[in-house]
Amino acid sequence: MIEVRNLSKEFEDHLVLNNISATFHKGIVNMIIGKSGSGKTVFLKCMVGLIRPTSGEILYEGRNLLTMKTKEVKRLRREMGMLFQGSALFDSKTVLENVMFPLDMFSRMNKKERQKRAEFCLERVNLLDAAHLYPSEISGGMMKRAAIARAIALNPKYLFCDEPNSGLDPQTSQLIDELLASITKEFEITSVIVTHDMNSVMNIGEHIVFLNEGVKEWEGPKEQLKDADSEAVKKFIFASDVFKKK
Amino acid sequence: MSLSGLLESIGEYVLLMKQVLMPPDRAREFFKEFFKELYKLGVTSIGLVVLISFFIGAVIVVQLALNLNYPFLPSYTVGVVSREIILLEFSSTIMCLILSGKVGSNIASEIGTMRITEQIDALEVMGVNSANYLILPKIIAFIVFMPVLVIFSIFVGLMGGYIICALTANPPVATYVYGLRAFFREFFIWYAIVKSMIFGFIIASVSAYFGYSVKGGALEVGKASTDSVVINSVLILMTDLVFTQLVMG
Ligand SMILES: Nc1ncnc2c1ncn2[C@@H]1O[C@H](COP(=O)(O)OP(=O)(O)OP(=O)(O)O)[C@@H](O)[C@H]1O
Ligand SMILES: [Mg+2]
Repeated sequence: MIEVRNLSKEFEDHLVLNNISATFHKGIVNMIIGKSGSGKTVFLKCMVGLIRPTSGEILYEGRNLLTMKTKEVKRLRREMGMLFQGSALFDSKTVLENVMFPLDMFSRMNKKERQKRAEFCLERVNLLDAAHLYPSEISGGMMKRAAIARAIALNPKYLFCDEPNSGLDPQTSQLIDELLASITKEFEITSVIVTHDMNSVMNIGEHIVFLNEGVKEWEGPKEQLKDADSEAVKKFIFASDVFKKK
Repeated sequence: MSLSGLLESIGEYVLLMKQVLMPPDRAREFFKEFFKELYKLGVTSIGLVVLISFFIGAVIVVQLALNLNYPFLPSYTVGVVSREIILLEFSSTIMCLILSGKVGSNIASEIGTMRITEQIDALEVMGVNSANYLILPKIIAFIVFMPVLVIFSIFVGLMGGYIICALTANPPVATYVYGLRAFFREFFIWYAIVKSMIFGFIIASVSAYFGYSVKGGALEVGKASTDSVVINSVLILMTDLVFTQLVMG
């Protein structure tokens, strides 16, 4: 479980996150949704410690990330997997080497086992055929999938995904959603997924946090989302066609 | 750059080096990167070093032969002086200035690109000490390979002079070679090698700092790469002066 308390982030007088508190639960798919520019990426990066918030607390099982010693942070991070909005694959390494990298760095497996594990992760995102290509030789959607494979290589306890299915076709998108949901259940991961795709939210979302212009507008279970007492939430969800069809 | 900006950069550089100069997370991965860098930074520079050293060595002999043409100087002076120029300054300092253009800009743009495409963030989130993982192999590889480049440069530079002598007989080859061997002090070779290794550290670490601290986009990466070459050149020239005063003076 991850609890965020009173998190604020200011960039040179520009308040991007304003006093946000939220809870992300273990074994379910937590989603952060909101319009473009509402501060989702900044929030996610604060949660993993890549951006230092101006104030607030980030508690991993009750321990505050911001006051931990470097060694503890390092240990915690070995239990994290993260998918960046821009994939962030290492472009000097092939897809397979990218997925093997966390294993090379931190696992005690031998080379054969590491390769097998990496191939297994690539298989799960349907990318085994591209294992020996470089990031510059594959499409944006394939990069996304490779980055997901890399993020799950070490069986993380916490999985952070920034827009895992933007730029993917509906079919692949659904595949990725289902993959994320199933590993979350299977390994009891605390997953935090940033998205602005209502399809994903309806598909796999369980606990939803809605950000609007740096403020947490709403938080709760997905089932209650459409009855939320907030103009911004209503506007956001009814702008997508998920509800119109039904 | 303002004074406070300069002090801030120096502080950031020192803090970065504290991160870099640590035992690596995994020795195996360090050596993998180390050998890659040895090839990328060192081996691929041999061609440039050979080309430039050959021509400069040849030109030095041509110039000296034409302009040191005084009746009271023995003709083997050309050999002595061109040896000292190549050994003491050309192969150790000027060569490093040229290499800072090639290697320095390569390091700064590579690390800068990794920064803006969030590859460095990705390393950090995994719990990898990104500065150490990315920069240490480059620094060590370049320092280790530096003596090789210097020795290549010295040898090829002197060969350049030799070939000019063979072609023009001014001075005759035997006189040139006699000059090369006259009053030789082995210490100068060590001086050249140690000096170049210091420059190797400067080039690799300063350009890595510029790359690592890029903020923004592709434009800033280009700027970091040119800035690193400028700052490296200034630092190399200043260090050359100080080091020479300390060691020779
Ligand atoms: N490093 C930074 N310096 C200054 N401002 C920033 C920085 N990073 C983000 N911002 C600002 O923070 C705000 C939120 O950005 P963020 O990237 O979190 O949006 P987002 O919700 O992820 O949008 P999208 O859905 O388009 O990815 C934007 O107004 C942006 O300009
Ligand atoms: Mg974003």
